Amino acid sequence: MEVNELQKIGVFVCWCGSNIAGTVDVAKVAETLKNEPGVVFSTDYQYMCSEAGQLIIKNAIKDNGLTGIVVCSCSPRMHEATFRKTAEAAGLNPYMVEIANVREQCSWIHKDMEEGTEKAIILGRSAVAKLNLNTPLIAGENPVTKRALVIGGGIAGIQTALDIADAGFEVDIVEKKQTIGGKMAQLDKTFPTLDCAACILTPKMVDASANDKITLYTYSEVDNVSGFVGNFTVDIRKKARYINTDVCTGCGACTEKCPSRKTPNEFNMGLDTRSAIFIPFAQAIPNIPSIDKNACLHFKTGKCGICQKTCGVNAIDFEQEDEIVTREYGAIVAATGFNPIKVDKFDEFQYSQSPDVVTSLELERIMNAAGPTKGKLVRPSDHKHPTDMVFIQCVGSRGESCREKGYCSKICCMYTAKHAMLIRDKYPDVNVHVFYIDVRTPGKNFDEFYRRAVEEYGVDYIKGMVGKVSTRSNGRLLVQGSDLLANEQLLLETDMVVLATAIEPDESVKDLATMLTASIDTNNFLTEAHAKLRPVESPTAGVFLSGVCQGPKDIPETVAQAGAAASKVIGLLCKDKLIANPCVAKSEELLCSGCSVCANVCPYGAITYEEKEVNDHGVRETRRLAQVNSAVCQGCGACTVACPSGAMDLQGFSTRQIMAEVDAICK
Amino acid sequence: MSENTNLKESILRTSGVNPKKCMKCGKCSGTCPAFDEMEYHPHQFVAMVEKGNIEPLLNSKSLYYCLTCFACVERCPRSVEPAKLVEAVRLEVIRQQNQNHLTANDIPAKLDSEIPQQALVSAFRKYAK
Ligand SMILES: Cc1cc2nc3c(=O)[nH]c(=O)nc-3n(C[C@H](O)[C@H](O)[C@H](O)COP(=O)(O)OP(=O)(O)OC[C@H]3O[C@@H](n4cnc5c(N)ncnc54)[C@H](O)[C@@H]3O)c2cc1C
Ligand code: SF4
Ligand code: SF4
Repeated sequence: MEVNELQKIGVFVCWCGSNIAGTVDVAKVAETLKNEPGVVFSTDYQYMCSEAGQLIIKNAIKDNGLTGIVVCSCSPRMHEATFRKTAEAAGLNPYMVEIANVREQCSWIHKDMEEGTEKAIILGRSAVAKLNLNTPLIAGENPVTKRALVIGGGIAGIQTALDIADAGFEVDIVEKKQTIGGKMAQLDKTFPTLDCAACILTPKMVDASANDKITLYTYSEVDNVSGFVGNFTVDIRKKARYINTDVCTGCGACTEKCPSRKTPNEFNMGLDTRSAIFIPFAQAIPNIPSIDKNACLHFKTGKCGICQKTCGVNAIDFEQEDEIVTREYGAIVAATGFNPIKVDKFDEFQYSQSPDVVTSLELERIMNAAGPTKGKLVRPSDHKHPTDMVFIQCVGSRGESCREKGYCSKICCMYTAKHAMLIRDKYPDVNVHVFYIDVRTPGKNFDEFYRRAVEEYGVDYIKGMVGKVSTRSNGRLLVQGSDLLANEQLLLETDMVVLATAIEPDESVKDLATMLTASIDTNNFLTEAHAKLRPVESPTAGVFLSGVCQGPKDIPETVAQAGAAASKVIGLLCKDKLIANPCVAKSEELLCSGCSVCANVCPYGAITYEEKEVNDHGVRETRRLAQVNSAVCQGCGACTVACPSGAMDLQGFSTRQIMAEVDAICK
Repeated sequence: MSENTNLKESILRTSGVNPKKCMKCGKCSGTCPAFDEMEYHPHQFVAMVEKGNIEPLLNSKSLYYCLTCFACVERCPRSVEPAKLVEAVRLEVIRQQNQNHLTANDIPAKLDSEIPQQALVSAFRKYAK
């Protein structure tokens, strides 16, 4: 083993309460590691990360003149930063700290004390071997672009943007639909207080559009993201609306006159139709139409153009093309939300066969005063007033076949209670039955809300699931389901069936996660940096999470999380400079042959080439040499493996250091 | 106890069913076309086998009312496959009695190109005492 004679190493073994000490003999680890080369001090303590623990480290550094420390504790993701600060406070270079992960990689996965102890010693030994070759590293600084990007303009994105703007920073919202507002704009009334969604949402939409710190890019998508925390560069594609937005007054005359009126209206969940040139809903922001190219007669036949003749300000521009806008940002917030899953695979519920079987979001539109039936509850098939309604909960949630999602969608118990209550309140003659597996209503005033539906409004809750829905010859629906508490199979004739449909993250999140180098879980929800302690940050620095894109949640939770994400963004944008990671690649000029292999593998475009004069053992010549931009390099190490001449090395993770670790493990 | 445990083990092994996955939603019994004829309904089969309460099932006519239509298998959100459990209990009875309800010699006369093979095999186990 290579030993740096000058190194004086201290080893600190943490018990983590019983987390580590339960399966690792911590005293023995500390004792054994005392004999490793370079180690002059070794001890163990109950909680190394506590103030008392950190004091032990600081005192040991000062008393023994330590040049570096190894902490045998939890994952470096948890406390590497903590111990680096501790070391720095005691006068050490923070990069002279190594963490041996004896919790996640050892005590938590071993049951046997002897095995656990042996492995902890090996991990500690390998950290010591590496530390013997560490050199102090000085971190550089990068400036911060004081502007944030929010992707998604639902309530999550709107609230995050408003909060960031309120702190005085510029913020842009990119929304892929024609208007901001998201799903909340489609809702009727909202639990738990039953205030109308539009009454509380549209003022926020107006605030966002009127705020001079906020720029809205609607009908736009993110095409490309490059850069890193504090310094992102983003290409935004503004899709062609075929409208000159600078002159359009939003009068809507064109939408009235357009003869192509047969396209399913997405905003009303396809329950009615819209024209080819359209504004999604009356309170849309911006209140500007766009032309649906696939439905427009001008684009299909080259004729028509009625909207162009109608428009008083000559805003229609059939020649318009997509426009790419490139902007710089210091922070990015993902707020891409969700969609209900498709239920056409659930043949047993007859969704595709009968118009009277609807999803809950469709019911929101039917009950909404601005919806296709002006808020009148009618059977979609014949617009007659229903007398019986059946709700089925958990459709597509909590299952494990390919039709279902494995998780609980969280919001459906509450919105189903809401729907049942609103219907009983407005139409006391309608009998409402709800089939449930469990009623899950944790939350402030939530269970009381559900009990009110049962006790005050007489909603019939049935513990059981519907097995089959069929259409009768009289046009009504027959629901066959079980009442488990009565041990009966029920047959209910009903007018409408409402499916409380599972929700899933927006499809686009997969591509977006790749662009942002953020990660998604097996259900495509964006993952947090730490499930408990860093719930609104993604593992990628400078990328934050807001709303349902991170996991199912209702509006109160979404708004709380949106504010939390904003405060993290503000904390970042307040800084003038960010400490850069000094563990970046560096090329050894005399070994570099200028072959370009490294530049081709670098995923961040951090490597360029320069003609440079070198002195190779007395020979002076000009060579083409690789140069690493340390601000852009993320220290992934791809180039060090690819370089055929062995010229590329990673500071803090050099090939020599890693080989020393491997040797120490294999000893 | 140990005989019961053996019985449960044997039923679980033949059926390949893990009754612990059941979330007691009742969709199987909600979908079952033979519900009214049955004394024990599909979701009860799952719960009773899991509890080791198998004796009543062995003696119940419910075993022969199951149509093997597999509607519960198709629709169970947790992929528990209750019909396979019913089938395994049925097999257990047949094996204990050491008898088939239908003899192999009866088969050729019943053959019909329209009948799916699975139905024949099911019939073998269920009908003709
Ligand atoms: C039927 C139903 C009833 C409900 N009732 C209630 C209720 O009564 N009370 C309550 O508290 N909650 C209710 N909710 C839940 C509520 O709708 C959500 O909590 C809320 O809408 C979440 O907001 P969000 O901004 O995270 O997502 P969304 O509303 O989905 O907004 C996301 C936005 O991002 C946009 N977007 C997506 N991908 C991209 C991309 N790649 N680029 C740009 N933009 C993108 C989308 O177009 C959308 O506008 C209900 C939900 C449903 C389905
Ligand atoms: S040109 Fe297209 S959008 Fe305009 S009125 Fe005709 S069909 Fe409608
Ligand atoms: S359908 Fe499946 S999960 Fe539901 S009660 Fe039956 S066996 Fe259990």
